[in-house]
Amino acid sequence: MTPRPLIIAVAAMLTIALGAGVYVWNMRRRALDEARLNYTSPVAPPVSGPTEQIALYVAYDDAGVLLPESASIPLPEDRQQRAEELLRALLNRYLGKSSPHPLPPGSEVRDVYLVDPGLAVVDLNADFANGHRSGVLVEELTVGSLVETLSANTPGITRVKFLVDGKERDTLAGHADLADVYDVANVGQMVNALQASQ
Amino acid sequence: MAAAPTFRRLVLPITMAAVVAAVFSLLRFSSAAEEKRLSVYSLVANYSLPVVERNGQDYTGLLEALEPLGAVSATTEGAHWRLRYNNQPAEFTAGASRARIRQNNFDLRANFLLENGRGLVPLSTLGPLMSRILGGPVTFHEAARRVFIGSVAIHFTAQVNKETPRGLVMNFSAPVNPMIATEPGKLRMVFNHEPVVEPGSPSLTFGDNVIPSASFSEDNGAAEITINGNAPLFASFSNGNRTITITPASPSAAPTATPASGAQASGAGASGQPQGRGSETYPSLAQYFAVVDASHGGDERGEALTDQLAEKDVTLALARALRQELQARGITTLLLRDGDATITPDQRASLTNEKHPAIYLCLHASSQGHGVRLYTALLPAGGDNTGPLVSWDTAQSAFLPLSRAAADGLALELRRRQVPVRVLLAPLRPLNNISTPAVTVEVAPSSAGVSDLNSATYQQLVAAGVAAGVLAVREKLEAAR
Repeated sequence: MTPRPLIIAVAAMLTIALGAGVYVWNMRRRALDEARLNYTSPVAPPVSGPTEQIALYVAYDDAGVLLPESASIPLPEDRQQRAEELLRALLNRYLGKSSPHPLPPGSEVRDVYLVDPGLAVVDLNADFANGHRSGVLVEELTVGSLVETLSANTPGITRVKFLVDGKERDTLAGHADLADVYDVANVGQMVNALQASQ
Repeated sequence: MAAAPTFRRLVLPITMAAVVAAVFSLLRFSSAAEEKRLSVYSLVANYSLPVVERNGQDYTGLLEALEPLGAVSATTEGAHWRLRYNNQPAEFTAGASRARIRQNNFDLRANFLLENGRGLVPLSTLGPLMSRILGGPVTFHEAARRVFIGSVAIHFTAQVNKETPRGLVMNFSAPVNPMIATEPGKLRMVFNHEPVVEPGSPSLTFGDNVIPSASFSEDNGAAEITINGNAPLFASFSNGNRTITITPASPSAAPTATPASGAQASGAGASGQPQGRGSETYPSLAQYFAVVDASHGGDERGEALTDQLAEKDVTLALARALRQELQARGITTLLLRDGDATITPDQRASLTNEKHPAIYLCLHASSQGHGVRLYTALLPAGGDNTGPLVSWDTAQSAFLPLSRAAADGLALELRRRQVPVRVLLAPLRPLNNISTPAVTVEVAPSSAGVSDLNSATYQQLVAAGVAAGVLAVREKLEAAR
C-alpha cells in the first residue's frame, strides 16, 4: 500500500506542476496576442463616402507653428468613424515625403471613441509614441495638431484624452502630458500663443 | 506485482523534476535577463558597450570598443577580419582563437566571431587584447566588466566629520556625477560613467552612530557606493562635484512622500554648499526665493541631444549655472536636483510646494529650433478649484497670471542679451501641480548648433538672462508671496 501522505504530496506537486504549466502557457499566449496587436499594418485607406472639405491643423517644425490646411477626403457618415478618418488623413500628411513634422514610421490612430458628450478618446499605437521625437515643443505641436484637427472638424468635442495601445501613458515622449484630459479651449490658447510668438 | 513498487519509487522524483522544470521555465519566461554591459574609461571618453553571450562566453564588438579612442577601420574578406587602429594592423579569423596584432601572434583563448561584418572578441581576453592594440597599459576588472585605459581611475576618501556640520565627507580625485537613490537606512550612489575604484577595502567603517559604515562594489560596468545610516540620509555636492557630503536629513529637509512614492531620490542642494549643519542649524527652506528644477535625471535621460549628450546632463549644468547667477544677484535658490537622481514630477511638485518659493523655474533642453522657449502651464480639463481644497491637477490655476508676467519679464531680459525668445503654453508636468508662479525654460541652441547646449559660455548667457529676468520681477513676485 502506498502511504497516504505520499499520495497527498504527489497529488499536490502534480497540481503545482499543472498549474505552473497552465500559467506559462497563458503568459506565452498573452505575449503572442500582444505581439499580434503591436503589428502595424500600413495606414488603411479611408472608407468610402462623399468627399468633404476639412481643415487639417498641420505642424511645421521649422517655424514651430500649426497652420490650417484644407483637404478633401471621403468621410463616412458615422461620427466616430469620421473622427478616425480625420486623424488618419492628418497622419498621412506627416508620414508622407517632405513632411513638415515627421512622425515615426508605423504611426497610426487605432481608434477614436466619442464616449461622453464632449469627450473624445484617441487611441494611438505604440509606434506613434515610442518613436516620437522628444522635446517640449515638438511634442506640443503633435498634441496640438491632433486636438485642433479633431475639434475643428467634429462639432461638440470639448475635451480630448489620449491613450497609447489602449493604455494610459504619462507623456508622449518624455514631455507632453498624456495623463490628463486636454481642454479644447485651452489647447486653442496654446495654438494662438504658437502663432503669436513667431 | 513488481511494477507497483517500482512506480512508487519513480513517481516522486519524476513529479519533483516536473515541478522544478515547470518553475524553471516559468521563471525563465517571466523574468527578462538583465542586459550585460561593459564600461570603458579613458582620457578621451567614458562609454558603455553591450555584451553578448555566444557559446556560453561573453563577447563584445572590438570595433565599437576602439572607435571612441582613435582612428579605426575594419574590412571583411571571407572569414578574415582586418582591423587598423591608428595605422597599426590586426587580423582576426572567424572561428579561430589565434590573431595577429602588430605583426605578432595573439591568443584570444576562445574563437573570434564574425557576425554580419561585426567582429566579436571574447571578454576574457579584452584587457590584454586592448593593451596590445593600443600599445599602453589597460586594467580590466573582468568580473565587473570595467576597462581602465591608462591612469584614469578616480579614487576617493571618506571621513566622518563629527563636528558641526556633522556628516560623511567624501572627496573624489575628479568630478563625479553619480545616480543617487535612498531607501530606509541606505543611500546608494551608482557611478555609471566614472572610473571610481575601490578605496583599498570594499568595506569602510567610521565608528559613528548615525553613519556607521559604507561599502564599495562594482558590477555590470558600474561602481556603487552604499552608505549605511541610522537616519534618512541626504547628499549634496560641492567643490566642483569633487566632494559629496552625506548628512542625516532633518524632517523638514527630507523629500516628502508623493502619490507615486517608491525608492525616494534625494539630490537637492542649495547655494552650492554642503547641506546638513545639524538639525538645529538647518536653514529654513521657506526662505528660498527661487526653486530651480533640472528636468529629467537618473534613469530618465530626456532627449538624446547627440549620441553622447543627454538632456538630463545639460539641464543639470544649466541649473547649476542659473543658481550661481541668481545667488550673485542676492536671490536665495534651491536646486531640486543637484545630482543624477530620478525624481518623479509628483515629487518635484511636492518638494516645491512644501518650500513655498516665490518662483519655480524648470529647465529643459532641446536640439530643435533656436534660442529659448518659455512656457507657462496649459491646464488640463476639470479639476475646478472651489472652496479650500485645491485640485492637484490644476494647482497652478490661481498663479497663472503671475507666471505669465514672470515669463514676460524673463523674455525681456533674454532679448536684451540677443537671445531669441518665444513665450508659449505647454502641457508639461509638473507645471500644473505647482502652487506658486512657475515657468519652464527650454533652451535650444543658438546659431552654432547642438554643441551650444554643452557650451559653458552659452549656458552662462542664458542663465544670466533668466536670473536678470527674475530680478526684474522680484518685487511683483515678493508682493504676491
